[in-house]
Amino acid sequence: MSAETAQNARRSGGASLFTDQRFRSLFYQALVVGLLGAFIVFIVFNTAHNIEKRGIKTGFDFLSAPAGYDIAISPFLEYTSQHSHGRVFLVGLFNTLLVSVLGVIAATTLGVFLGVLRLSPNWLISRIVYCYVEMTRNVPLLLQILLWYAIFLGLPSVKQSMSFFDDTFILNKRGLILPEPIPGDGFMLVPIVFVVVLIASFIFARWARKTQETTGKTYPVFLINTAMIIGLPLLAFAATGFPLSFAYAELKGFNYQGGMSIKPEFTALWFALSLYTAAFIAETVRAGIQSVSHGQTEAAEALGLRPGRTMSLVILPQALRVIIPPMTSQYLNLTKNSSLAVAIGYPDIVQSFGGVTLNQTGQAIEVIFITMLVYLTISLVISTVMNWYNNRVRLVER
Amino acid sequence: MSLTEQQYAPGEHPDLPAPLGEAGLIAWFKKRLFSSVGNTILTILALYFLYDVLSTVIFWTLIGATFVGETKADCTLGGACWLVIGDRFHQFMYGLYPKSEYWRPNVTFVLMIVAIIPVLFDKIPHRGKFLLFSTLFPFIAFFLLSGGLGMETVDSSDWGGLLLTLVLGVTGIVASFPIGIVLALGRRSKMPIVRVLCVCFIEFVRGVPLITILFMASNMLPLFLPEGVNFDKLLRALIGVALFSSAYMAEVIRGGLQAIPKGQFEGADAMGLSYWQSMRLIILPQALRIVIPGIVNTFIGLYKDTTLVSIIGLFDLIGIGQVAVADVKWRGLAPETYVFIALLFFISCFSMSRYSLWLENKLHTGHKR
Repeated sequence: MSAETAQNARRSGGASLFTDQRFRSLFYQALVVGLLGAFIVFIVFNTAHNIEKRGIKTGFDFLSAPAGYDIAISPFLEYTSQHSHGRVFLVGLFNTLLVSVLGVIAATTLGVFLGVLRLSPNWLISRIVYCYVEMTRNVPLLLQILLWYAIFLGLPSVKQSMSFFDDTFILNKRGLILPEPIPGDGFMLVPIVFVVVLIASFIFARWARKTQETTGKTYPVFLINTAMIIGLPLLAFAATGFPLSFAYAELKGFNYQGGMSIKPEFTALWFALSLYTAAFIAETVRAGIQSVSHGQTEAAEALGLRPGRTMSLVILPQALRVIIPPMTSQYLNLTKNSSLAVAIGYPDIVQSFGGVTLNQTGQAIEVIFITMLVYLTISLVISTVMNWYNNRVRLVER
Repeated sequence: MSLTEQQYAPGEHPDLPAPLGEAGLIAWFKKRLFSSVGNTILTILALYFLYDVLSTVIFWTLIGATFVGETKADCTLGGACWLVIGDRFHQFMYGLYPKSEYWRPNVTFVLMIVAIIPVLFDKIPHRGKFLLFSTLFPFIAFFLLSGGLGMETVDSSDWGGLLLTLVLGVTGIVASFPIGIVLALGRRSKMPIVRVLCVCFIEFVRGVPLITILFMASNMLPLFLPEGVNFDKLLRALIGVALFSSAYMAEVIRGGLQAIPKGQFEGADAMGLSYWQSMRLIILPQALRIVIPGIVNTFIGLYKDTTLVSIIGLFDLIGIGQVAVADVKWRGLAPETYVFIALLFFISCFSMSRYSLWLENKLHTGHKR
């Protein structure tokens, strides 16, 4: 009865409208939308006014205009200063992807290795890794990039280059120069064979697993696959008569000509990113392995599994579930941190497109919008892929 | 039965120490360093590695280093040349802050420590009064540093070095915490529009690198403002840093909110508390308590990230370091400069992470192995 009266009172009285939760929520949301709309109108109005006053061009026409500046590192695309800003964007994007992908690979390898070493029963090893992790994690990445860059620039000058294996590898302050591989006729067979073998080994692994599940018979899958993946392409390489030659660098005038050169900007950025992220990954891996209850290890040992099998069959599959989500964010961090390239002049997307192009065209809004969109897309792709993988290894519950 | 063996009545046998090989230093060495052949080899390799690294490091930083001298030519020992640090020490600490006013940053620094202690440790006498001071501290600090009311005004473009790094770090922390709470609450709000807006903001900021946000703050913010209104460089950088870290803070706090059992929310509702009352009195005190270690970690990240402002032309520690490196007098001393700055950062970040660990242990009530 009393509840009914209360409800009636709520319906009838205009003053008590505000005590109705639904109305209140609508009111607040309308307020938020209104304020936000007013804010946006305010900004758009100001921006339009400022752009007009400063004579800044708008629109995306600048993408096809010639850039007019050089980019030192463009391993995938041909680039000269005559190319457009759109081309700059592509070069920058590829450079970002290059250092990110190589960084992820190096950081994962080193990080997992360090994470396992951190759990080593050997006190000394575990302490050394601990010191490394703490020293790397507690120093800003930008500082580490600058430090590595300073170290690489401190290498001998071109005249006093360090040379290894009779001028095969040359190291000086302008970078590391390697012999450039030149594929001959029939070399394409090797990568084709490699891909075919890779697919075959995958199928074989699935078949072996099915067979084991149905009949219990096991095969040395890892051994056979490794032998196949390494051996068959080598065989193809030998069968076609080793169609690969190398172009060596030679000192001409003030610099080396020919060969492949890896610039110190790239190396410094790659080193710093990989070493920094590896420290975080090591901690993630350690935490993941430690999160698996000790009872699991004891149970596996009680079942008579050897330490290696305990690790690969019992501990790791469970640890992976804990490791993957933070690992995803480490990969994302590495990709985003690669934008620090701007500090040492490695032409990634932020340095070339978001930096030089922005300054030349003055079209801050368009340039920053495109740059941010690129990172958002990369983030989205990485998290989608890792979520898919995470779903695969997730604990399947009923 | 041998004659040497002593006889004890039942229950009278004294507790003997463990055999020498089972406890104490020798056992520890045996177990942790030389338990097997492989382990012994590892230990020897590690010792060699340590010797190699430590001897190089100690030679470079101490034995072969030069501490006294005037110019780079005095550094002849082959190790580090620390003269550059001594020569520019004031810049590393204060940037271009006028020399006669150095007492102001110094006083601010002391006050900062007084303001931080009651926030960090909860067993301080009169904590409430101290906390009141902590809330007032940002305003006092701003007044002391920038001047006014009879004190010489110091333009924020003259702030630099460690001073600027601390200003950025502390302001970022102070600003991002409340914004983070609001965003986290908004993300869990029942109002769809508020929720969507918060999710969009958080995910957008977390998806892009800080440097693009700083570029945005330094290049686009002036376009957004009406004519005549101009934020100085420091304020623009501060807005960028604060917005960036508030998104990360929001995610940490959301983790804490999700860990609160539903009964707490329902209980607060049953008590007739309003939304804000229940958040302030029931939910947030518990949620924040759980995620303090995560918050401290976010602060460490924020503190390290403040170095990025050197890219948009502010003279924080790294900015000052780059100026020092570019000086003809000290050309080629980049490693010394950066190692010095790294040491400063390491000290503060490492102590913060130790604090977070200490808290985690204090709050940890689960079972440990």
